[in-house]
Amino acid sequence: MSETNVQPYNYGIIRLFTIMAIVWGVLGMFAGVYIALELTWPIFNLDTPAITFGRLRPVHTTLVIFGFGGSALFATSYYVVQRTCQVRLSSDVMANITFWGWQTSIALAVISYMAGFTQAREYAEMVWPIDILIAVTWVTYFIVFVHTLARRTQPHIYVANWFFVAFILATAILHIFNNMEVPISLFSLKSYSLHAGVQDAMTQWWYGHNAVGFFLTAAFLGMMYYFVPKQAGRPVYSYRLSIIHFWALVFLYMWVGAHHLHWTALPDWTSTLAATFSILLLLPSWGGMINGIMTLSGAWDKLRSDPVIRFLIVALSFYGMSTFEGPLMSLKSVNALSHYTDWTIGHVHSGALGWVAMVTFGSFYHLIPRLWETKMYSDRLIFLHFWLATIGIVLYISAMWVAGVGQGLMLRAFDEYGNLAYTFIETVEFLKNPYAIRALGGAFFLIGIVIMAYNVFMTIRQSRIERVALEAKIAAKLAKA
Amino acid sequence: MFEWLNWFTDMQNTKPLALVLFFTCFVGIIAYVYLGKKRSKRFEEYRFIPLEDEADRNQEN
Repeated sequence: MSETNVQPYNYGIIRLFTIMAIVWGVLGMFAGVYIALELTWPIFNLDTPAITFGRLRPVHTTLVIFGFGGSALFATSYYVVQRTCQVRLSSDVMANITFWGWQTSIALAVISYMAGFTQAREYAEMVWPIDILIAVTWVTYFIVFVHTLARRTQPHIYVANWFFVAFILATAILHIFNNMEVPISLFSLKSYSLHAGVQDAMTQWWYGHNAVGFFLTAAFLGMMYYFVPKQAGRPVYSYRLSIIHFWALVFLYMWVGAHHLHWTALPDWTSTLAATFSILLLLPSWGGMINGIMTLSGAWDKLRSDPVIRFLIVALSFYGMSTFEGPLMSLKSVNALSHYTDWTIGHVHSGALGWVAMVTFGSFYHLIPRLWETKMYSDRLIFLHFWLATIGIVLYISAMWVAGVGQGLMLRAFDEYGNLAYTFIETVEFLKNPYAIRALGGAFFLIGIVIMAYNVFMTIRQSRIERVALEAKIAAKLAKA
Repeated sequence: MFEWLNWFTDMQNTKPLALVLFFTCFVGIIAYVYLGKKRSKRFEEYRFIPLEDEADRNQEN
């Protein structure tokens, strides 16, 4: 391709998604800390239904998973596909549709939850009109991404894009099949699921765990496979391992959802099969983690000086930890203790904060200076963010381990006569201190992202000032000439 | 005519069949990725794609 035919990359859409990821991240994490406070001190409910735990909890999960995580994935996938394929996004109009469709869906979801409208499916609470908007947006995303890949000027599709395609395709299938429902009328937000009984539960957890597998894992691995080598300035440890990692991960994840339904009406063999695949999943998960961490082999000194590398490597470490804990919790005997306790919440956050948010922060600190053609406003604030986030996660998950394991043991304890040793309210009272520590950990994490938002705001401001100064300099030179 | 399809309805048949299919597929992918010197060399070159993406194109402002 000749120099004159080369089109510039579409960075405008990436900037928009990046900014919205941070906005939703701040709001979503604030909602998370607020509901943590409500659980510890119910006075925070303020006798207002719109902000009670039941309504704010889906606001929190939707904002952090889909608002923050989703927007970050749109931003980084559009960045990675353009740069590794060395071609501009195939359609600016369609890319804009994905931006406005996605942001509108998030905003409408939040408003509807607070107003009390939900279809009561975890991580898929959006009512049916929003489901349709998301489906249209997502199919548009798929078309833009795949068409961009088809127009690439490079002979090979880099492995990060494989993970992004798997994520986009799997999420489309999951979203459409899990949200098959019959509205009670065209003018009502109420609908009934097309599936019934235990099949409905299995469909929901097939969706729920694959949302973890493809949205929160495969996609962020795509992010990892690009941004870790870029920031380290070294190629990925083994490309062949990344191929095995990809195929093993996408194959195994699809089977594991039923481990959420141990000891229920679901046939025993189904959840046993899911647990078996969960154990197998440890191998590709750790293969990927080792591949990412070993990319730094020979350049470990960067961990001392580069806060962005710290975010990325700590993210991979948490990825390793939570993908060890997950298979452990999928075992029926462990699950009998952990399920319906806060251990699950701790596990989710070790993955969501430790892996998803940390790898996003690291990638954003790499991406943002390049998008706005400047340096980050403050490296010291990045260090501060790193420590606040790390301490916050450790406080959070430790508190939830104590809460969950303690709660599980109390619920199954018997006295010498075979009666339950504790009343239910005693198990609730036990949770108060761990809940307070959890709220503190969450607050650390929230302060961290607020500092990041300030750092990013100042970076963008600095970029504008530099550009104006440069334009004035050029204008002055031209005037002299 | 289609009675042979009944064979697949028995879990005792389909479970080992699935195992053979999936395991063969997995071994096939491993063999494809790790055997063949030329292919291995080509794969290792792909590692550098992210580091070679500083294309001489102007980004949109």
